[in-house]
Amino acid sequence: MPEHTFRVNGEQVTVNVAGDVRLLWVLRDVLGITGPKYGCGINVCKACTSHLNGKAVNPCAIPVKDLQPTDEVTTIEGLPAKVGKDLHPMQQAWLDHDVVQCGYCQPGQIMAAVALVRRAAAEGREITDADLDGLRNICRCGTYFRIREAIRAGAENM
Amino acid sequence: MTGSNGDGPAEAIGRRRFLGYVLAAPTLVAAAELRPTPAADARLPSPELTELLDLNDMMTAAALPTSGLISVEVNRDGTVSFALPRAEVGQGITTSTAMLIAEEMAVPLERVRVTLADARPELLFNQLTGGSNTTIATYIPIRVAAAIARLRLLAAAATELGSAVTDLTLKAGVITDRSGGGIDIGALAEKAASMRTRQVSVELTSRESFTVIGRPHNRIDALEAVTGRKKFAMDLDVPDAKPTMVCRPPTINGKVGSVANLAEVRTMPGVTDVVVISTGVAVRAETFGQCIDAVRALRVSWKPGSAEGKSDETVLRELEAAELPLGLRPPTPTVEGKFTFYFRSNSALEPNCAIADVRADRAEIWSALKSPIVAKQTIAAKLGLPLGRVTVHVTEGGGSFGRKLFFDAALEAAEVSQRIGKPVKLMWHRADDSRQGRTHSMATSRVRVAYAGDTVLSYKQRHTSVSTDLGHGLGEIITAMAARLPVGDIGFSETFFQLSQAMSYDFGVSSRLLSETDKGFNTGSMRNVYSPDVTCARELIVDRLAARMGKDPYRFRHDFLRDDRSRAVLAKVAEAGNWGRPMPADTAQGIAFHAEYKSVSAALVEIDCRPETVNRPIRDGVTGPRVTKVVFAVDVGLAVNPRGLEAQMMGCIMDGIALALTSSLHLRDGYFLEASWDNYFYTRQWNTPPELQIIVMPSASEKPGGAGELGVAASMAAVACAYGRATGTMPTSFPINHGTLSFTPKPTIPPIPPSPTDGLNHAR
Repeated sequence: MPEHTFRVNGEQVTVNVAGDVRLLWVLRDVLGITGPKYGCGINVCKACTSHLNGKAVNPCAIPVKDLQPTDEVTTIEGLPAKVGKDLHPMQQAWLDHDVVQCGYCQPGQIMAAVALVRRAAAEGREITDADLDGLRNICRCGTYFRIREAIRAGAENM
Repeated sequence: MTGSNGDGPAEAIGRRRFLGYVLAAPTLVAAAELRPTPAADARLPSPELTELLDLNDMMTAAALPTSGLISVEVNRDGTVSFALPRAEVGQGITTSTAMLIAEEMAVPLERVRVTLADARPELLFNQLTGGSNTTIATYIPIRVAAAIARLRLLAAAATELGSAVTDLTLKAGVITDRSGGGIDIGALAEKAASMRTRQVSVELTSRESFTVIGRPHNRIDALEAVTGRKKFAMDLDVPDAKPTMVCRPPTINGKVGSVANLAEVRTMPGVTDVVVISTGVAVRAETFGQCIDAVRALRVSWKPGSAEGKSDETVLRELEAAELPLGLRPPTPTVEGKFTFYFRSNSALEPNCAIADVRADRAEIWSALKSPIVAKQTIAAKLGLPLGRVTVHVTEGGGSFGRKLFFDAALEAAEVSQRIGKPVKLMWHRADDSRQGRTHSMATSRVRVAYAGDTVLSYKQRHTSVSTDLGHGLGEIITAMAARLPVGDIGFSETFFQLSQAMSYDFGVSSRLLSETDKGFNTGSMRNVYSPDVTCARELIVDRLAARMGKDPYRFRHDFLRDDRSRAVLAKVAEAGNWGRPMPADTAQGIAFHAEYKSVSAALVEIDCRPETVNRPIRDGVTGPRVTKVVFAVDVGLAVNPRGLEAQMMGCIMDGIALALTSSLHLRDGYFLEASWDNYFYTRQWNTPPELQIIVMPSASEKPGGAGELGVAASMAAVACAYGRATGTMPTSFPINHGTLSFTPKPTIPPIPPSPTDGLNHAR
């Protein structure tokens, strides 16, 4: 079986798996990293949203062979370490606003939110209603309103 | 649904004095009885239900006196444990339960550990999570157990500290005497234990003294969730339970005829097993990605399903044929309307899934189950194992909305594991969940109101629905079987309908009847069951009636509501939402009311139907009218956790918006066209109201009402009423966009779409 090497949450990993297996299953079924969730498998629901080299991606749509040894995958589990804290400011905002209901989509929501705030910051602007409207992550519990509040609050501390 | 009332369970021997137990155990275990539903429903109209209750009574009598206990355990490390016999699927009941225990034991909330109990058949009807009943049914028993624990701890501390109990105070998990000496409850866990089981009476904390109950608390499981540590069924590491999926039929409930390439698919990368089961062809592999590839590679010839050739149009004709007559039109003026509600999916984001490890002599199951007792009994019967050899663990659920009342995936996982002799981690693909999963039944509702002058003489509503599967019964297999009997099920559904549909307005002679037809679909109780559709139809007619009488929709409702509590929530949203404010053309307010679960609610909605809003572009999304503001008022009596209650109302509002405007399944040629979240248009961020205000009404009540489903009906109705007022046309078909198919349907063979490969191109 081919070997694939890349970085996950600060560690270099090598996995023995067919190259067309999508990153989501390499993370969950091979490496046991279960923060990214399955919700559709076709890059629609965004429950698996993680970061690749700091940008939001959906591992359900990335064959593992597409990754290079220097590529850095960050899942929700590795987010706090990126800021050297126990919790990323966006996770803290999620707690402060008591966003979570069932919690299944929330790792993906938080990863998408962090990437959104970074994008806006890179463009030198604040988060807008249009930005929030553009988030595609599904929350079937309907926590959308608290998500919007938490993103604005989390952005203040990023 | 189970109909318990607040002071029913746990035996009351005074206004606030109750009986419970101290159980024989090495550390302190205090318990109370979670008593089966009292037979207070003897007034029900259905003879079939009476039989059911007789059965219930018989079973209650047969149960051992202490078999139905729930217990609070004090641990040596000073924490308190409680295994809740309910399913946590996002509604926040582990948090509210911890609050009840923290209140009565005077321990910090952080010290209370609430887990979900395995299936406990001895609890009879009392392990069903449904009908927004959890807090209503467990409010007293949990507090009784906790209060007994507190009593025992105080008694043990009195001995240790050499003080009278009356000189002791228990605060923040520490008991102190007058001299300032203190002892942590953890140090008393063994000393307060009992050698034998004893009955004890205890007084509960009075409402005026509450310091935890009734104050907003954040969820106890939030940290686990936001760090990705919260474990759902598919996150559990059960040895050798490898990913498993099922190749499903192209039409609803089709069956496998033959498979052309079983042997070939067995040799695909990662695949360990391929086997034909009752619902399709199961594939087990090293990763779910390889399951998806194998499912897509299978060449199966299929036999017909249970809805062959059916479509929205044919079902509509079936419903017309099954509709009960409204009777002769009275000689007075009438207002009449007929409304259609298409199929909807109660898919949670976590799809149907379960882990099963079935051996020759035993089985172990892990799944988020709202009716774990029926699941356990059905699985044991299917596997041919004695009940005691089947263990069913209830895992935390990633949403339910009624879906997890059924255990379709757990039963399937057990079947596969038994067939191949290996543990399996079975998951439905999203496309499976949309096309073969449970649905909210398609229905019509016809309403006729007769009036004269300023008086409403009569209100009649005939609700006709594709049969709703209530086969999970009251959570116990005997009732589940009774609900599957042709006669018994009709009685059960009609009873359920009657019990859940209150007539809150003073509308004279009122009758509301349910007629059901066609059992060929996989249906179930979607959040708030019949009420969103029934209430939406009623409230639209109320608006029309008000217009006919020349009255304002809010004033009309206020005038005709029957009680002060109902009028108060309505008046609250009208005031807070500035009812009647001038609005631009094509935008409007709508207002609606709904009462259920011993609670009342009202919604005021503002909607924007201007073309520039309706046609705003969103890729692969339905935009349509935007709900720009919602003000929602709720009175549940005693709100145990107001912040959790607000969260539930927020979710209910998002459901109501989806039901009114965007979310439905399209039935064509015996299958549902939807196979993705970009086909089934549940509320998304671009549909979310930018302004939202939820008002929890102050209440002096000593009793909590239900809330998990409460807000859907008023929300849906208010959105529909607002849409009608903005466009000048009363909507009669829901969701309003159902007539426009806004996506290209995915193929049915193979049954699931390919995994995309272009993820890197979308990094942003």
